[in-house]
Amino acid sequence: MITGSQIIVKCLESEGVRVVFGYPGATVCPIYDSLIGSSVRHILVRQEQNAGHAANGYARVAGVPGVCMATSGPGATNLITALATAYMDSIPLVAITGQVSSDLLGRDVFQEADITGAAEPFTKYSYLVKSAEDLPRVFKEAFYIASTGRPGPVLIDIPVDVQQAKVRQFRYPEAVHLRGYKPTLRGHSGQVKRLAEAMRQAKTPLLCVGGGVIRSSAQEEVLALSRRCGIPIVSTLMGVGAIPTSHELYLGMIGMHGYSQANRAMPESDLLIIIGARVGDRAVSDPHSMERQSRIAHIDVDPAEIGKNVGTSIPIVGDARTILRQLLETDCCPVENRWPQLLPQLRHQPHFDEPEPGYINPKYFVRRLTERLPEDAIYVADVGQNQIWSAYNMVVKAKTCFLSSGGMGTMGYAIPAAMGARLADPTRQVIAACGDGSFQMSMNELASCLQAGVQLKVVVFTNRMLGMIREIQQNSYGGHIFGSSLEGSPDFMKLAEAYGIPARRLSDQNQLEEALEEFLSAPGCRLLEVAVDPEETSI
Amino acid sequence: MKYVISALVSNQAGVLSRISGLFARRGFNINSLAVGETEDAAVSRMTIIVDGDDYMVGQVEKQLNKQIDVIKVKRLEGITTQRELLLVKITAQAPQRREIIDITQITGAKIVDLSTGTMTLEICDRPDKIEIFLSLLEPYQIKEIARTGVIALEKGVHTIGKD
Repeated sequence: MITGSQIIVKCLESEGVRVVFGYPGATVCPIYDSLIGSSVRHILVRQEQNAGHAANGYARVAGVPGVCMATSGPGATNLITALATAYMDSIPLVAITGQVSSDLLGRDVFQEADITGAAEPFTKYSYLVKSAEDLPRVFKEAFYIASTGRPGPVLIDIPVDVQQAKVRQFRYPEAVHLRGYKPTLRGHSGQVKRLAEAMRQAKTPLLCVGGGVIRSSAQEEVLALSRRCGIPIVSTLMGVGAIPTSHELYLGMIGMHGYSQANRAMPESDLLIIIGARVGDRAVSDPHSMERQSRIAHIDVDPAEIGKNVGTSIPIVGDARTILRQLLETDCCPVENRWPQLLPQLRHQPHFDEPEPGYINPKYFVRRLTERLPEDAIYVADVGQNQIWSAYNMVVKAKTCFLSSGGMGTMGYAIPAAMGARLADPTRQVIAACGDGSFQMSMNELASCLQAGVQLKVVVFTNRMLGMIREIQQNSYGGHIFGSSLEGSPDFMKLAEAYGIPARRLSDQNQLEEALEEFLSAPGCRLLEVAVDPEETSI
Repeated sequence: MKYVISALVSNQAGVLSRISGLFARRGFNINSLAVGETEDAAVSRMTIIVDGDDYMVGQVEKQLNKQIDVIKVKRLEGITTQRELLLVKITAQAPQRREIIDITQITGAKIVDLSTGTMTLEICDRPDKIEIFLSLLEPYQIKEIARTGVIALEKGVHTIGKD
């Protein structure tokens, strides 16, 4: 005989899960008990939301679903923001929640919450397991659904009595049978031909890459297409990291906080090829004018994204990498490419202003920091001005991985996600960049990093303000700065000391290189506070 | 404009709440939604009447298709057989009964219950016929109405599985 909780652990082992990020509670105690002696490592976080973000960072680096676990009631509801964050950015997660005993369901007992109901809008799928016999099938399906098609979070809610129930034997299924779920991977050959023909006819085709290019590992194919045909590339925020900044045809990020050369290239294009991007409002504020200006081809694994935000004349459903490979087999280069004449007029190099005394220019800091990072470093940006400074100014190298909460814009993402990323690959240098607002949303996870032996380099840009809100209030609310001051924040040097993390405050730009050298070369966790002028703008 | 969408869905717990939640969340205007088992006990059929434009109904189809529990979605565009069942309870004193019996006979409705002050009528017909029937009853006081929502099948050899 084997218990439900032992089955759960065996399912995780069968899926090759190495790490589970979690926080125990009464209704997951059977699973915790069964984890003792398992090959699955448990990492204790300090709040459940961060278990979800850590699993998110892990998934994005490891390329397999990240796993997080929380108890019923508040543990489960704390996970919701992390589920929503993963859902918006199409990150594969499997979230396990404990639930009150099945015979008590629906009676509002202690720590009962309808988590499958509450998380429904933010999950790709969810299960409320009623019988221990169903567990192997449910886990097999959950990992399959989370990681295939358009990836996303899957929730498995398991009442404590199901975890304790005894079953005769464990057998992990080899295949899944889901009648309503068969993701398309290969692009329709007729549509690929139409796109190839449209590209041949186009004079200024433009590739717009989103997070889907990274999810499907299509970076090489995008570069190959760009190089072969001389087609420039722009990216969305989620696409940052896909294309090295050194690629001569890469124009940078588009959108509200994008590069002017990228934004100016968009209306010049007569054929916009969107790959794995959903054309969100931050990337394209007026999709209808875009529809009028150019023909639009849209490659996406999720058919529901095509035509949702922007009208498309050439839709291709499938995996970005597979479709680009199909396209590379065709004769698709423009017969007459006008970019060589246009590009020199669009080119724009960012210029870094000298900061006021006592402050560091955060944009220049990001540039210098990322220039110094190894080829395969992982840079995790939080949300706020720090996200824009990072995405806009970072140097992307061949294997750089850039992680941030793009769709949901979840503050507090960076530290737990960076912890997950580092656990996915402890050989890679991991930077977590936060503002003083976002840092204070998850600085408690420094303890988790120390407990798990995770070496993070944490950058905290401090201006004692919620900088982006201050900027919005300055520009759009008559300069009424209200509710956005962070007075009362702790001395971050003393805070780091309390955690036993070596730290330094950088406020003199002349010391920037030396501080970076020390920050990056020293082993173990380190914290670098970067003093930023409160008047500093995002762009 | 009104569109008829048929969907085959896995007969799972929570499927109806997932789909109704989806409609609410995405702001889809649903006139009616009818669900029932099919020839396959593991599969239910939903008939959804959507009020909107081509973009909206396209979005409904795509979002439905995206659901893991949804097996097949089809917009019924050709000639279809549509039916809805309506029960209506009206105030009917003895002198009015004759008129009401006339209406039921002409429209093909049935009287399913009678009390001293009320009559309950049943009609199963096309949605437009049901609207006509209800308008004929307007002079009498309608006390309550229950409708099943429209169900539909394509005419001829077409089925949801095969075009």
